[in-house]
Amino acid sequence: MKYFFYILPFFLFAFAANSYAQDATALVKKVKAKLDKVNDYEATGEMKTNVSFMKVPAAQVKVYFKKPGKVKIKNEKGVSLVPKGTVSISLNNLLSGQYQALDGGTDNIDGITVKIVKLLPLDENGEVVLSKLYIDEARLLILRSKTTTRESGTNELEMSYGKFTDYALPDKIVFSFNTQDYKLPKGVTFDYDDGSQKKKETGTKESQRGKIEITYSRYIINKGVSDDVFK
Amino acid sequence: MWQLLQIELFKIFRKPRTYISFGAIAAMVIIVQIALKFDGQSYIEFILGSLKETLDIPYATILNGYFVCFVILNLLLIHIPLLIALVAGDEVAGEANMGTLRLLVSKPVSRTELMLAKFFATVVYTALLLAWMAFLSLALSILLFGKNDLIIARSDALEIISRTDIMWRYLAAFAYATIALTTVAALAFLLSVFAENSIGPIVSTISIVIVFTILSEMQIPLYDRTVKPYLFTSHMLGWKGFFYLKTDAEGVSIPGTIENLPAVLKSMGILLGYIVLFAGAAIVVFKRKDILS
Repeated sequence: MKYFFYILPFFLFAFAANSYAQDATALVKKVKAKLDKVNDYEATGEMKTNVSFMKVPAAQVKVYFKKPGKVKIKNEKGVSLVPKGTVSISLNNLLSGQYQALDGGTDNIDGITVKIVKLLPLDENGEVVLSKLYIDEARLLILRSKTTTRESGTNELEMSYGKFTDYALPDKIVFSFNTQDYKLPKGVTFDYDDGSQKKKETGTKESQRGKIEITYSRYIINKGVSDDVFK
Repeated sequence: MWQLLQIELFKIFRKPRTYISFGAIAAMVIIVQIALKFDGQSYIEFILGSLKETLDIPYATILNGYFVCFVILNLLLIHIPLLIALVAGDEVAGEANMGTLRLLVSKPVSRTELMLAKFFATVVYTALLLAWMAFLSLALSILLFGKNDLIIARSDALEIISRTDIMWRYLAAFAYATIALTTVAALAFLLSVFAENSIGPIVSTISIVIVFTILSEMQIPLYDRTVKPYLFTSHMLGWKGFFYLKTDAEGVSIPGTIENLPAVLKSMGILLGYIVLFAGAAIVVFKRKDILS
């Protein structure tokens, strides 16, 4: 009997952990069910790029998505350099595939209490190593995600919702990603030296993070998107 | 004065060497265009360096007429002074060499008017050469490669300029380049006054431009503060200032702006100062010159 009281906490802990995992899995399933309402979309929006070594004007872009995991950002009227990890701007992609969901506690984003769920992909050779989702349980919306990948480091996505909440499609996203420093010899570029002192940020942690912000103005949902768009 | 200018222009455009410059520019521009048409992606990969590992690069849209024009100007505007010197260095020295200078100054025209006419004829030649280059590098490139946003590589940054915000920058850049190359023409014109044949001033001008350009491009703090600000070659690249944009607090570039307009205008003012100095000195020396040839 004495031993029973010794091992009881372990049973209780295991039970609690299991039920938390089940809670997290159930929550992710509910969120996924909401996201699954969208088979494809074509979104129009304005993209702002903030990378320390890039000076880019705000651009009108179209974002295409098609199940299971095709995403493309296109600037049809100009040139935009888009980070390679943008496939994770589609939440459907984060939740596709096999994974184990773990409860990561709670947090607060802009006054909203969110549940943190960690997704561990079961495929050990996949590109994604770990995803962390910050889920608004009441509205079943992902407000933030952090994705650690093998090749591109950690990407972070923040979303604000409005008109398309029913489809779990954001009005605005901010995608943060890792960049590399950019440097070319002056003998190649023949820069004009205007005599001003330039800020030297090269090599700092700040200079190696980039950010793109897309504010969507329109979605065309479930009307079909051609595969040619993604080529 | 107008008649004198016409005579001087007639003399310039009668010489076959004048057309060497136009032919050379056409050849160089077309060679670059052909190279970029067939292997433009390699060049873009080179200027973007390792960025292709983190960014999706739309090679097809980057390689457009505006981009090709910028590449051509970047490559050629350093070499065009040599072509300018060919004609400007011949203006007075050529006449001395042919033995027509004494005859010329014996006409009922003041030496100042004569020199001004010769100098303005050189300016017209310079402007026409640049207009020819603008036509080939901009108009022909747009015809061959189409239009799109312009991407510019600086040593530590990339600039993307919206296609609707580019043309006025090129017009300003060509106008600036005309002033920059007129500075070289004025230098060759000044040196031409001291020589009896045109080889001396042409070679001297080219040598000065090469030495000054090397000094301008060297990244040595000693020269940066002491010598570079006073070299006209440091300011000749000011045309690029029209392609550097201001950014807002979020790092987004603002269309229609110039990053450092006062610096560009200052550089332009310095070049204009050099033009007045060189041309003025040429006139003063020529007025006092004892012409024996």
